[in-house]
Amino acid sequence: MNFLEIENLQKRFALTTAVAHVQLEVTRGEFVSLLGPSGCGKTTTLRIIAGFESPSSGAIRLDGVDITHRPPHQRNVGMVFQSYALFPNMTVAENVGFGLKVAKKPAADIKQRVEEMLNLIKLPALGNRYPYQLSGGQQQRVALARALAIRPQVLLLDEPLSALDAKIRVSLRLEIRSIQRELGITTIYVTHDQEEALSLSDRIVVMSEGRVEQIGSPFEIYNFPRTSFVASFVGTLNVLRGRVADPARGAIVIDDQEIVASRGLEHARVGDAYSVAIRPEIVSLSWARLSGSVCASRTTPSRWTRSITRGSYCRSGGRR
Amino acid sequence: MKPRRLGAWLVIVFGVLYFFVPLLGTFEFSLRLLRGVYSVAAYRIVLADPRFAATVTYSTVLALATIVMGVALVVPTAYWIQLRLPRMRPVVEFITLLPLVIPAIVLVFGYLRIYNSSSALPLTGSARTTDLLLMFSYVTLALPYMYRAVDNGLRAIDVRTLTEAAQSLGAGWSTILLRVILPNVRVAVLSGAFLTFAIVIGEFTMASLLDRPAFGPYLQLIGANRAYEPAALSIISFAITWACMGLIQIFTRGVPGQVAGAH
Repeated sequence: MNFLEIENLQKRFALTTAVAHVQLEVTRGEFVSLLGPSGCGKTTTLRIIAGFESPSSGAIRLDGVDITHRPPHQRNVGMVFQSYALFPNMTVAENVGFGLKVAKKPAADIKQRVEEMLNLIKLPALGNRYPYQLSGGQQQRVALARALAIRPQVLLLDEPLSALDAKIRVSLRLEIRSIQRELGITTIYVTHDQEEALSLSDRIVVMSEGRVEQIGSPFEIYNFPRTSFVASFVGTLNVLRGRVADPARGAIVIDDQEIVASRGLEHARVGDAYSVAIRPEIVSLSWARLSGSVCASRTTPSRWTRSITRGSYCRSGGRR
Repeated sequence: MKPRRLGAWLVIVFGVLYFFVPLLGTFEFSLRLLRGVYSVAAYRIVLADPRFAATVTYSTVLALATIVMGVALVVPTAYWIQLRLPRMRPVVEFITLLPLVIPAIVLVFGYLRIYNSSSALPLTGSARTTDLLLMFSYVTLALPYMYRAVDNGLRAIDVRTLTEAAQSLGAGWSTILLRVILPNVRVAVLSGAFLTFAIVIGEFTMASLLDRPAFGPYLQLIGANRAYEPAALSIISFAITWACMGLIQIFTRGVPGQVAGAH
């Protein structure tokens, strides 16, 4: 059953539509990422779920209860911000216990829960430190503990790793996922980083210009993009333009060479202009079969014009 | 010595002379009550005068009330403008600057016209309500300093995100203001408070025209009738002001993540 339901959500500002007809159902314990470029409406959607923005139309239901017009402090939704947003005047322990203190929980319960949370984020000894005495990664872990301490129904993360350096980003990413799995908490994660979304999520919602482009598992999003935007935004692609030769077989002719798609081409007719997008990692280069495939024919060494080292792989390009 | 460094030293020496020679002169003069010897007799006379203690106490109480009222007015206002009405900032800044542009004498005549004993709100009708009116007029006088100090403090923290973080943890507006915002602009509020104190303690025009027994009119009275005691009073006033500045320095030191407001 759906735990969090976002129904036909719209948010219009004076001149722009930030969120247009967003529809999403999230099951209990699911990890869903909202992925898209800056200004695609992902953060606005998250802020509407948190209650910081009110939608122009549409509804949000949490565990069957309509929370669309409920103020943020009555939603029981945990939020982690890009800028950590720890309270500078409070120690780590006070930060983590803030929500419980506001809820007037007994001091002994607060102490126990704070310890539990600090153990969860593997910082049990830092309770007495102030935020400014911590590294960025530690601060964000404390922010996560603070959001989780109140036992929220949903955890919202707004680009939580964007301000951190690459190494910390990867390790904290894994930590967030393992904590989320351990607690089984329903999580909405906003990011513009496709690698983050692909590696963390049960499902990804790709957004562009306020609209949902595609919702699917990381495998579906990466391998079966439904729109050209999703195809170009997620991963790297070689786009080759050609003409349809045989729609039923999925055959397309590009520069006199025929390639065959894995599926037939629906609604296509012979001679239609067609683009083929090929992920670079599925292309193998072979000296022996220079004439065999459309890609190999473009990759004779003498025609390579540029090569960019990208760490674990090398990106090469050629002249046509 | 390099010419540039020499120039800098000359400026410093000139500044020190400019500020300290009159002060030293006043101090030296205040010690000359008894002919032929230096003594603190003038200070003794001033401090023994019951009106000194009464007026200083009156002005101190009024200053503290002004600070409480000013903080209660300015912190939520500046916070709300930063959070929800950033476009109103120039308008509010203009309003808070008005007391610097409009002379105190004009303000107080306005008060007397509006709140005199035959008006709809006769605040000048009794001593207590006149004290109240004087307190509100001091809030207005101190507004440019208090607002600027608090606004600078608020600009130094991420008001919006801290507010949202507190909201998501279940905090309502009063909790956010008292437990999150106010502690994080404490230093700025203190700066504003000490400046308010320094203004109120020596204010003359309003207290005099509203006929209240404040320290300012007492200072003027002594200045008009005595020779050496006014110099001693000046030095005492300086000491009070410097003590305020010293307190700002002490409170602004070593507080994590906090920035003092405008001085």
